[in-house]
Amino acid sequence: MTVLLDPRRLQSRRLSRLPDRAFVGGTGAVGAGIVALLVLILVLLATNSALTWQTFGLSFVTGTVWDPVAAVYGALPFIAGTIFSSAIAIVIAAPIGLLTAIFLAEYASRRIAVPLTFIIELLAAIPSVVIGLWGVFVLGPFLKVTVESFMVDAFGWIPIFRGPAFGIGLFAAGVILAIMILPTIVTISREILVAVPPAQREAMYGLGATRWEVISHVVVPIARSGIIGAIILGLGRALGETLAVTMVIGNGQDIPRSLFDQAQTLSSKIATSFNESEVGLQTSSLIALGLILLVITIVINVVARVFVGHATAAEAGLR
Amino acid sequence: MTTDEQRSVAPAQAPTAEAAAGGTGAASPKIEVRDLDVYYGAFRAVKGVTMAVRPRSVTAVIGPSGCGKSTFLRTLNRMHELAPKARVEGTVLLDGANVYDPAVDPVRLRRYVGMVFQRPNPFPTMSIYDNVVAGIRLAGRSSRSELDGIVERSLRRAALWNEVKDKLREPGTSLSGGQQQRLCIARAIAVDPEVVLMDEPASALDPVATLRIEELIAELRTNYTIVIVTHNMQQAGRVSDETAFFTMDEDRAGYLVEFGPTREIFTNPREQLTEDYVSGRFG
Repeated sequence: MTVLLDPRRLQSRRLSRLPDRAFVGGTGAVGAGIVALLVLILVLLATNSALTWQTFGLSFVTGTVWDPVAAVYGALPFIAGTIFSSAIAIVIAAPIGLLTAIFLAEYASRRIAVPLTFIIELLAAIPSVVIGLWGVFVLGPFLKVTVESFMVDAFGWIPIFRGPAFGIGLFAAGVILAIMILPTIVTISREILVAVPPAQREAMYGLGATRWEVISHVVVPIARSGIIGAIILGLGRALGETLAVTMVIGNGQDIPRSLFDQAQTLSSKIATSFNESEVGLQTSSLIALGLILLVITIVINVVARVFVGHATAAEAGLR
Repeated sequence: MTTDEQRSVAPAQAPTAEAAAGGTGAASPKIEVRDLDVYYGAFRAVKGVTMAVRPRSVTAVIGPSGCGKSTFLRTLNRMHELAPKARVEGTVLLDGANVYDPAVDPVRLRRYVGMVFQRPNPFPTMSIYDNVVAGIRLAGRSSRSELDGIVERSLRRAALWNEVKDKLREPGTSLSGGQQQRLCIARAIAVDPEVVLMDEPASALDPVATLRIEELIAELRTNYTIVIVTHNMQQAGRVSDETAFFTMDEDRAGYLVEFGPTREIFTNPREQLTEDYVSGRFG
């Protein structure tokens, strides 16, 4: 004789599900709060810079003059300073970062790779102001008498290498930024390289490949989109970095014509001008600079996430 | 192409060798292993293996899990060296030349002793075509028509040509698991190796795909010397000419219990251990 299951035993018990619901609600609220915060910041920047947008419209973005006395404001020199300094940083940091990541992931023994990775991550922990001081007193003077004076002497006839070499300026800012974003590029690229499945490497070794051939034919191509994502994340950090850049970029008010010109980025302009800025059009314009910067960094980060996301999805599909 | 070098390192086997097999001592062994010990650091994973692999034959290596059969297979093309602290004592002769001679470059050795792995592992960033010629491209530049010829020949030999000839530009990973494994076999034979090592090549496949791989192994036998590791005794019985039975000793080191013609290993083994294993009493 079979004993039938009492159907009541299958019925849901509201109380036992309560913690689940509370948890979903609670975590959901916190998550929504973070999203709301970002939206709120965007809205506040937009409303507080409304005066600027009403006054100049989109010509604020293309304007090249920033003159509080004449009450004329344009953001282009600072947009250019931001983009140029970040571009210099990427040109320096991307190849060095990628090669370092390849060394750490593929060539270094554990005894070297673990402490070296740790030290590189420590680089990211150095306070920005300390790097800035080092930039002003050590790196700037050093660049002035080495790289900069050499380039000016040898290639000064090319406009972008025109002197004089101050040591302080766009190039120094780019180098400082390169140092600051290197940890991001190295650590993320290394993790993505390490995640390439051993089966893929073995397949190439089995065909009679050297270690370098395995890296260049198999590992780097599989990791490619993730590495691009790492570089773009580094770029995102370079665009927003303020203090160290402010200290070494000089205080140029024009669009830089040469690598060694003094310049200003969006963030450094805000940092140097906000304290003595008058309420009204000037403050509104500084906030508008902040809005432009935020939009640029959001776009860059979204692009980076898409790349990194594709990379991890592709690797997950392989395992 | 490196055809000339290939000859000087590993002289081509006479095609009649196989026809004459069955008689005794018909051909000198393709691979000869003598007193082979394999270590991972202080741990001895395989000990005292001595056996010979006939050219153009299929040799199966069977045994319970952990008996060192995969490790043993990997010592034949020195793939085990990719594992940290792995080392070998003893000799492995390929056509009479010791592959552990200090003058031998393991990278070059693997051109002649190719490998197919347990799970299909086509390169995900490469098309079917590029997967097949990946090894050829390592050897240097080849003309387009040469590559085309190699791709068709390799895929035909791997019994995959008819299924993929119209989509050679599609990613290798777009194929089914069984097709991917045949693609990996095509990739391994595209460089025209002397020996193909197969490490449980069908264990990740369904029965139908497994059958196709087994048929393929039987065909490849006419051109290549094949050593296959399998934990599937029926498979060893179906595909191989000779079988090596490994098991684990009390010190956890794998060793060769018995080696001989497959039929004898399965019907009339000399060792009690072999008998127990093939009759399903352990393992």
